[in-house]
Amino acid sequence: MGRRVLITGLSTFWGGRLAQALEADPDVDVIIGLDTREPRVKLERTEYVRSDENYSILSRIVKATGVDTIAHTFLVVDSTQMSSRAVHEINVIGTMNLFAAASAAGGTVRNVVVKSAALVYGSSPKDPYWFRETDKRTGTPRTRVERSLLEVESYVRDFARDNPHVCLSLLRFCNVIGPDISTPIVNALQMPFVPKVAGFDPRFQLIHEDDVVSAILFALDQQIPGIFNVAGDGQLPWSEITAIVGKRGIPMPPFGIEMATDPLRRLGLVDLPPELISLLKYGRGIDNRRFKAAGFRYQYTSAGAVEAFVEALRLRKTVGDRDAAYHYEEDVEQFFRHSPAVLRDHPPS
Amino acid sequence: MADEEQERAPRPTRTAEIVPLRLPAVVDEPVPLADPRTGDVDEWGRSERVRAFVRKAYDPMYRRWFRAEWEGLENIPAEGGALLVSNHAGAIPSDAPAIVHGIETELGRPIYGLADHFFKGTPVVGTLWARAGGVVAHPDNAYRLLREQQQLALVFPEGTKGTSKTYNERYRLRRFGRGGFVEIAMRAGVPIIPIAVVGAEESMPILFKLPSVAKAFGLPYFPITANMAFGPLGAAVHFPAKFKLRVLEPVTFDDVESDQPRYSRSRIMDESEAIRQQIQEALFDMLRQRRSVWFG
Repeated sequence: MGRRVLITGLSTFWGGRLAQALEADPDVDVIIGLDTREPRVKLERTEYVRSDENYSILSRIVKATGVDTIAHTFLVVDSTQMSSRAVHEINVIGTMNLFAAASAAGGTVRNVVVKSAALVYGSSPKDPYWFRETDKRTGTPRTRVERSLLEVESYVRDFARDNPHVCLSLLRFCNVIGPDISTPIVNALQMPFVPKVAGFDPRFQLIHEDDVVSAILFALDQQIPGIFNVAGDGQLPWSEITAIVGKRGIPMPPFGIEMATDPLRRLGLVDLPPELISLLKYGRGIDNRRFKAAGFRYQYTSAGAVEAFVEALRLRKTVGDRDAAYHYEEDVEQFFRHSPAVLRDHPPS
Repeated sequence: MADEEQERAPRPTRTAEIVPLRLPAVVDEPVPLADPRTGDVDEWGRSERVRAFVRKAYDPMYRRWFRAEWEGLENIPAEGGALLVSNHAGAIPSDAPAIVHGIETELGRPIYGLADHFFKGTPVVGTLWARAGGVVAHPDNAYRLLREQQQLALVFPEGTKGTSKTYNERYRLRRFGRGGFVEIAMRAGVPIIPIAVVGAEESMPILFKLPSVAKAFGLPYFPITANMAFGPLGAAVHFPAKFKLRVLEPVTFDDVESDQPRYSRSRIMDESEAIRQQIQEALFDMLRQRRSVWFG
């Protein structure tokens, strides 16, 4: 019998890409996607269930469908996307309900993958240059998103402790970059002048969006229990990133910058979350060797991810708004998919 | 025949053939990834280009101003990790650049200076400090540098306690922290190489300190130095004291295993104290032989 997978956050970038990838896997029998909004990607056999943002219907779904695998991708890590109230509801209350449903007596869930973020380590001058999975953050969390993610992780730990029969992988991703995703860093790099903090040039570690999807799939497939940092190899200074992208930096004052940008943020002129500001000062590196030791192979280094991102942007500028790799004619595909005229036992040449 | 027909029967198309998605490559041999770096800033923030520039700019200072003289440089290994430990002095410490410059020019290998996170948190200073080889003194950083990358690292266990002491206390070593440097060397399995530096104390002597000013600006200390008598520009310039640096015999911990989570506290404190004593005695010995602060 194949796997029955539940994906939270189907309409997010990760949920959608993950569902698409799982649809291609013949070992996956059922894919159920949960979200508050309609999925934004083309899906063939994923079943979409609309829920409220804290998943109060979740336990019924889990019971009724008998899912054995949960991919929890609906964790907000970008505080510019929504109010702090909503972030709390989605991250903390959503996760709490999810794990309550998954740990119900006689439950069928055997495998859980949680997509967390390296934000839990914070960013401060006292930090080690490479955080390991066992390291604690050095400063107190100041932003709502960071606090909510820490709460989420404490639920994850409790769940793992109470349910030793469940294989739980907690993946902490560093900052993601890629042509199809919108994150504060991606947005910052697309501004005419890239923001930087005067006097600081921190080292950044990045991961390409394709590697993120691969990493979640890898964790689902390999069933590796534990916490894993997921990030591209190497770190490079912010100035070098802006140089690769071919932009110039606009310096912001090193002190009182939160106060200075706050009115601009309210006016919608800049989109700089407080997490990014401390990152633009001190940077952050996470040690990715544990996930590599588990067998995962990255496609991009940190610098390679930036390069791939820029190349995709250049292509998009010339050819159109979609990456060529994802561009196909809908009708033709429908024909290939459903027409009895198509000979299906010949592999496509 | 029947088999053939069955083969011809349409089977559901797998969406894998339609949705282009790159699944994790199942390769046994990891292919080296393309890493299109344009700069040369390494993972510690050090840039060899910046270092080369700093070396060029600082060389006259090192040779003409401080006239630095080394003794026992052969005690520093040409390869492999080692933790260099030295006394620390001067309101704006002049020993760190002299040691780093000396080792990089004489031995031709890079050295990283482990220091307080105060630098990293300071704009401009922090960036320049990192490019010149400064690294936040965190046990994990030190372990990665020494054990995994087999680099040289320099640490001043006295920290700001050494640099903030007033002139009348010169060449009297302060407490060597909590012996963390010994524990790091044990864990990393590298020798500790003590260095005694004479001259830094006189290059920028502290007459007295203003704790209230330091508090107001969030500085570790605010000194009133003798150099300030020469005006605002003079305050940033060190006196041309003669620098003598003596590298002592490496201290190895062959009887303890590396990579242990914990080491005997008493052993750490004993070793730390022994190294402190060694440097202290070397300093007294060098001062006994010194005829002049300015000419050595």
